Amino acid sequence: MTTDVLVIGGGNAALCAALMASEAGASVRVLECAPREWRGGNSSHTRNLRCMHDAPQDVLVDAYPEEEFWQDLLKVTGGLTNEALARMVIRHSATCRPWMVSHGVRFQPSLSGALHTARTNAFFMGGGKALINAYYRSAERLGVKVDYQAEVTELELSDGRFIAAWVNHKQADGKVRKERIEAKACVLAAGGFESNREWLREAWGQNERGEYPADQFLIRGTRFNQGTLLRFMMDQGADMIGDPTQAHMVAIDARAPLYDGGICTRIDCVSLGVVVNREARRFYDEGEDFWPKRYAIWGRLVAQQPGQVAWSVIDAKAIGRFMPPVFEGTQAHTLPELARKLGLDEVMFMQTLNDYNQACRVGTFDHTLLDDCHTEGVTPAKTHWARPIDTPPFYAYAVRPGVTFTYLGLKTDATAAVHFGGQASPNLFVAGEMMAGNVLGKGYTAGVGMTIGTAFGRIAGTSAAKAAMATKREMA
Amino acid sequence: MNSLKALTDEAHALANGMMGPAETEVARQLTICNGCRYCEGFCAVFPAMTRRLSFEAADIHYMANLCHNCGACLHACQYAPPHEFAINVPRAMAQVRGKTYSDYAWPAPLGQLYQRNGLTLSLALAAALALFIWLAADAPVDASDFYAIFPHNFLVSLFAPVFLFSVLALAIGVRRFWRDITPATSGAPLSSPAAAEATHDVLRLKYLDGGHGDGCNNEDDAFSQSRRRAHHLTFYGFMLCFAATSLATIYHYAFGWVAPYDLPSLPKVLGAVGGVMLCVGTLGLFKLKLGRHPLHGDPSQKSMDYGFIGLLFLTSATGLGLWALRGHAQMPLALAIHLGCVMALFATLPYNKFAHGVYRTAALLRFAVEKRQPNRLGLGGD
Repeated sequence: MTTDVLVIGGGNAALCAALMASEAGASVRVLECAPREWRGGNSSHTRNLRCMHDAPQDVLVDAYPEEEFWQDLLKVTGGLTNEALARMVIRHSATCRPWMVSHGVRFQPSLSGALHTARTNAFFMGGGKALINAYYRSAERLGVKVDYQAEVTELELSDGRFIAAWVNHKQADGKVRKERIEAKACVLAAGGFESNREWLREAWGQNERGEYPADQFLIRGTRFNQGTLLRFMMDQGADMIGDPTQAHMVAIDARAPLYDGGICTRIDCVSLGVVVNREARRFYDEGEDFWPKRYAIWGRLVAQQPGQVAWSVIDAKAIGRFMPPVFEGTQAHTLPELARKLGLDEVMFMQTLNDYNQACRVGTFDHTLLDDCHTEGVTPAKTHWARPIDTPPFYAYAVRPGVTFTYLGLKTDATAAVHFGGQASPNLFVAGEMMAGNVLGKGYTAGVGMTIGTAFGRIAGTSAAKAAMATKREMA
Repeated sequence: MNSLKALTDEAHALANGMMGPAETEVARQLTICNGCRYCEGFCAVFPAMTRRLSFEAADIHYMANLCHNCGACLHACQYAPPHEFAINVPRAMAQVRGKTYSDYAWPAPLGQLYQRNGLTLSLALAAALALFIWLAADAPVDASDFYAIFPHNFLVSLFAPVFLFSVLALAIGVRRFWRDITPATSGAPLSSPAAAEATHDVLRLKYLDGGHGDGCNNEDDAFSQSRRRAHHLTFYGFMLCFAATSLATIYHYAFGWVAPYDLPSLPKVLGAVGGVMLCVGTLGLFKLKLGRHPLHGDPSQKSMDYGFIGLLFLTSATGLGLWALRGHAQMPLALAIHLGCVMALFATLPYNKFAHGVYRTAALLRFAVEKRQPNRLGLGGD
């Protein structure tokens, strides 16, 4: 069976590609390796995309010009980005939303507890799963054929040209049916490798304490991003980009499920208290910047601690000032009791807390500003929102690194083409997490993953349709 | 330590009065929802949720009655089954909602009728039909005069007490509900802007519009206006029929104009239009309910829903049938059947699905009050 455009993957980028290719007149087939109820990959856990705009736009207030967006991206990636591609993505974000709406996506104002994003991020009504549902409905209406539980294991390539994909269809009876699917062009949008525990272990290796840090990681998203195609393309000599240890990593509740814990497992009280490691010592400035600008570094910070675990400790003053956690915290009426309940060294814990409490120089506490409450004479310092932890009851939440997605990917260009030895493939394209590393070498800023996925998904779909039409003309 | 916690929890539950397994399940789910909030734009439930950090029985009873079971949050949910969090807010809310109808019912022992609603309705219908058919059996046959069969004052003496009792029972039930949820919703009194907004939301079924205006979910994740339209036909059809009856009562007592009325008299026009709307609306709701996604709502309340839809349909269909059979020999039987349906409907009003309109309106009034109060929480997180 042949098709004009084959899309491998079933998340936001894959569906953007499928919809664009279909709108351009190509016949399209989508292969999603998850069953229908788990379709959509990590996109199901998202909630917004970061958008450039020069004036207020429906749910977006004020303006967020290209230059400001670019500077934000430059800052979080520390320069590990491709300016031309990044600016292309940014400009794309200014114009893609009417197209999204035409396919059934609906937007809502910034959520309560996320008001600081009202200017920069457009929220999907109902979140990413509602967006994914809308795209699938639209794809079905356009005649796109979708296969679920269809895992692509390898591709047939010839001099960088895509010929066919080999698919394992997992059937209702549990058996696997193999199929070879030829297509005139192909889009790879099958996600990163974060669900593959072994690959994570290999990438992170063993630390100086003899631990394999990745063994303690939780995966915030889908269990289906095994990186099968990413590995296959590496082995085929495709040009790669990014460091396999770089990822979007958040400190999440240690009791979160191994996969698919999503947004609600985040612990958002870090900046309101202190964070100690297994040795009951603080290790980083908890008040360095607003939490939304810092949450994405804490996964990595915790990954570097012994046992890859830490505890966010707050007192009663913090209650009601952060998004309520899903799991109940450990509660105690005194700090020593809290240390004992957490199984931490009580003497060390009290020394850390006493040192911190005595170092606090409390001015006017204001969690909505970079306020003047700070520490003096303690290392690491806490530079904002530093108030003594002295009001019972005390609470602690154990946190572990939670991986959202990995940044290792395929090197690409403005047409979304896959490259081999610096040469662009004529009919093989890439989008989403499989290439996000081109724009995002490290770090993160909220909503930029969906911005990259939408921009490159749509570009890849257009390029693939064009390549398929060119092949048709040659054959005719 | 655990047993101490269990004891405290139990004491807490007792103090709360009605925090049973259904409420505990809603509290569990909302604790997860409150850390996500993606559904905030769909309806009133989630904005009400974000004003709270924990969920007591009164909060849950209030929010359960805010929920319209539209299904949007289920299909959009990243934590819906088969996820291990097993979030299904419409179902958990429906289960509590059913419980509030029986818990707040007056007189309390009759609240149990909700649990066996199918049986209750069937018995009421059968008894009412038997009564009127038996009464009609000996009646003189004049196929155009209703009151020759059942004298007007006799009908009033049957229907007025039943109807007034139903109104009283519903009023007492919803008053108890109102008293419980008022302290949990800021305690502030009802203002005119709040009342106007809630009335608007009830009459337009605002919360079946999905927040984006595309409608609600039915068989799958697609949005449609069909349920909202069918409900509008049913509700406004019912109201027109009710207006027809009220107007007829005024005609009878104030002007001495005696039924039956003919077109184009106002009671007839109202009754005819209302009857047709009610027939079409209930058929639509029935069809939509048959096709509903299996995860929507509380399966154990389906018999109550079907029973109520069915009884409304029968009431309107037999009313139209009676019109068609006027002047025919079957008129007395048709009249007896119609009156039996109306009687069954009136008698069960406080203990059937009809209660949803009353309790939901009360909850929406409190929502309109609460949203006007400043939010005590200042969550700075992302």
